[in-house]
Amino acid sequence: MGSTNSTLLKIPNVEVLMQETGLKLVAEENCLNVSPAHIIRLHDRFKALDKEGRGHLCPHDFGAIKELAMNPIGDRIIGAFFSPGKETVDFHTFVKILAHFRPVDKDRPKEPNSPEPINSRSNKLKFAFQLYDQDKDGKISRDELLQVLRAMLGMQVTDEQLESIADRTIQEADLDRDDTISFEEFRKSLEKINIDHKMSIRFLR
Amino acid sequence: MELKMFILVLGLLVGSLMPLGGASGSPGSGTGQDECKKNNGDEKNGNKTTKKSFPVLSLNYENVRLPFEISLWVLLASLMKLGFHLMPRLSSIVPESCLLIVVGLLVGGLIKLVGKAPPVLESNIFFFYLLPPIILDAGYFLPIRQFTENLGTILMFAVVGTLWNAFFVGGLLYGVCQLEGTNLAGVNLLSCLLFGSVISAVDPVAVLAVFEEIHINELLHILVFGESLLNDAVTVVLYHLFEEFTNAGTITVTDGFLGIVCFLVVSLGGIVVGAIYGILAAFTSRFTSHTRVIEPLFIFVYSYMAYLSAEVFHLSGIMALIACGAVMRPYVEANISHKSHTTIKYFLKMWSSVSDTLIFIFLGVSTVAGPHEWNWIFVVATLVFCLVARVLGVIGLTFVINKFRIVKLTSKDQFIIAYGGLRGAIAFSLVYLLNPKHFPMRNMFLTAIITVIFFTVFVQGMTIRPLVDLLAVKKKQETKRSINEEIHTQFLDHLLTGIEDICGHYGHHHWKDKLNRFNKKYVKKCLIAGERSKEPQLIAFYHKMEMKQAIELVESGGGSKLPSAMPSTVSMQNIQPKKPPQDRALPQLSKAREEEIRKILRTNLQRTRQRLRSYNRHTLIADPFEDGLDEILIKRKKMKELEKKISQMNNYLTVPAPPADSPSVARARLASDPQAWGLKSVTEIPTIKVELVSPQNPESVKVVDEFSKKGSQPKGSEEEGGLTMRVPSSEKQRKDKTPDEEPQPRFMRCLSDPGPAAEDEDEDEPFLP
Repeated sequence: MGSTNSTLLKIPNVEVLMQETGLKLVAEENCLNVSPAHIIRLHDRFKALDKEGRGHLCPHDFGAIKELAMNPIGDRIIGAFFSPGKETVDFHTFVKILAHFRPVDKDRPKEPNSPEPINSRSNKLKFAFQLYDQDKDGKISRDELLQVLRAMLGMQVTDEQLESIADRTIQEADLDRDDTISFEEFRKSLEKINIDHKMSIRFLR
Repeated sequence: MELKMFILVLGLLVGSLMPLGGASGSPGSGTGQDECKKNNGDEKNGNKTTKKSFPVLSLNYENVRLPFEISLWVLLASLMKLGFHLMPRLSSIVPESCLLIVVGLLVGGLIKLVGKAPPVLESNIFFFYLLPPIILDAGYFLPIRQFTENLGTILMFAVVGTLWNAFFVGGLLYGVCQLEGTNLAGVNLLSCLLFGSVISAVDPVAVLAVFEEIHINELLHILVFGESLLNDAVTVVLYHLFEEFTNAGTITVTDGFLGIVCFLVVSLGGIVVGAIYGILAAFTSRFTSHTRVIEPLFIFVYSYMAYLSAEVFHLSGIMALIACGAVMRPYVEANISHKSHTTIKYFLKMWSSVSDTLIFIFLGVSTVAGPHEWNWIFVVATLVFCLVARVLGVIGLTFVINKFRIVKLTSKDQFIIAYGGLRGAIAFSLVYLLNPKHFPMRNMFLTAIITVIFFTVFVQGMTIRPLVDLLAVKKKQETKRSINEEIHTQFLDHLLTGIEDICGHYGHHHWKDKLNRFNKKYVKKCLIAGERSKEPQLIAFYHKMEMKQAIELVESGGGSKLPSAMPSTVSMQNIQPKKPPQDRALPQLSKAREEEIRKILRTNLQRTRQRLRSYNRHTLIADPFEDGLDEILIKRKKMKELEKKISQMNNYLTVPAPPADSPSVARARLASDPQAWGLKSVTEIPTIKVELVSPQNPESVKVVDEFSKKGSQPKGSEEEGGLTMRVPSSEKQRKDKTPDEEPQPRFMRCLSDPGPAAEDEDEDEPFLP
């Protein structure tokens, strides 16, 4: 217990972090056994990625992860960690982004004044939406969709096929007929899928 | 009315079963012996050439007895199934399995009345002929995604749950047997445990039969069903274990340890055997492109061999069959033709349906037949303990499982899982296999098992449907998967894999991704023929969807529906060109109008030489319902194009992605895009055109110009409208056509016509097939 506490102290603003992300809310129960374990694990991972020990990560640190390089949307994911304009990611932001993927706490009492938890279904979907919408105009245009499809399908498919798939996709999802997919339409087209399950990593409970 | 006829036929059938049963019982059928004697007599009186007359009609039932009786039983089973669906009210209250058992009871009772011994459900027949089709059907169509997502839960229920049930029931029964007052002291612990292990297994046949009708949500369905499939390994091991020990006499710790090892061997061995056969089947299907007809046969035979091979080594045959079906399916479906796929699907459904019906009927018959030993205490105790064990087991396990699940199981779910633990024929057959010498109380066991089966199937089977409605359990969602969902699901898969990599956590997605990569790189290349191996899953899905829509298009706009789809004059104006093809909410045309239209179209098709006059008589120029007709004609043109595409597609289940093939992609785009349905710019005159498709009938249409045009553009006919009739601008009757005159009406065949032949033109062919 002692060691965990001291490790925690090394992480700046750790209480604020835990509060914001909900990573193990410190409640009245006997939390010392469980609580900051996740944060410590993530901190260790952060330090492992940050090979030069600068205290923050830059894009090529992420690029060093082998499997991520093979991932078709790897660069988009990396891009999501860096807010526009910033070149580095500190631990705080790192944990915040990863907190999106916490499993949803079903038993949480709904306090009307508190902001929506970061791992709610809606926020998860927003995160995914941002990955599609690279120019951040709030809509997925046909081109953006084509880019994603091309990334996922590689070179095995002709442009025409991609275009017909993209057309079909937009047609199905686009309800207000503006040829783009807005966040609401995106959310609606995924209403049958269990996002809570699909976008959660047990590791981050 | 049909019901009465049906019952009459049924009565005749059952009536014929009995005397045949009687005839088979008596040693050596009478006629057979007579024939024999006659022949011997002839030979003895060799010189006496009293030539017996040539037997014009003779009766020899013995030869065909076995196949005849089998066919009769199958016929009875199928007629029963038919009958239940003629009585919808009954089949909505009582599940089919109950009705079938009742029928079995009746038939068994009738046979007994006649005095013959009713056939019992022999274990060999059950395990080798009746069970495999059902399991293969389940395994081949297993929803892999949900199964693997819930695999941990399913395994917990199957293994731990069954073990718990077995020991609980067995142990408590032994305790009951030891009590004073019951004369059950002869039942030793091992027998009780054996009985417990047999009766604790949830039965896939019964579960399928009941759950199929209630349409609950997929999660619950796969949990209960998966459990019933996977607990076969546990049952097999426990059964053999206790059977062996009963002979041996004592158990040691080593034996217990060996039992665990045996369990692992049985289950994993079964899976490995199944997977090997599955890969063999997939590999074979790679080369079947020239012998499409026997493709389904390979699937069936390889699967059956997997089952039998597993049974040879006392491995779990059910798990082998499931593994075989699940492993070979993605590769086989990429290789075989669409028709083979349909054949496989329908054959499996047919066989499993017949098997399932026969099993329940025979259960009923065996109940009447079997030697029974009724012991109130034992039977009631068994029943109570089974129910209690199931409930406790489910609750306990869910408590543990929920700690690891992301989507927790609610108490409603738990109730359905507990309530859906039906027992069935597998338990009965296993007990039937017991050797009466080692198990003197076998009859008592049989009675108890039958009682439990009856209780679960009747009481639980009948009440589960109203309970599901009462508890408002989520039902199955019938909607199809859209391409949006498919794309986004794949996207999310990649996203989650990436996040897991960033966290350094080797979770569910990581391994799935690795498996997919391995699959794509090595396995697909081996097992899938040709260029299909490189086709990404998304494309395959997209093409499948397109194909489905194309087929729906063809079916909905099919020729015979043309008159009824023709709207009345008033509402014609309101029809939008962009109406989706499945929308058939067009008002019906009045009969007289319909007839008129039919007549018009028919005369114009048939009487080619006099077509002009008919056009004159029915001046269709100003006819107000032409707009609609044009609409429909454009539809038909579309269908014609799609028909071409479908005939190309007939070789494959999904359309291969032609690398740089614009026309087919263009057609695909057209098919998917309702925009393309906009009205083609029709010629100025709102006319109806009829165009000829083939240039091969010079005598019927004496227009040279058309043919030369046709000859130069062989695809020209495709591009023109489907069925169009054109009123010639001049209204005079023409006999001699010259190329310079107005374009003559040409005839285009209906969609389903195989093609014109010279003589067909003059036949009295109705226009609408």
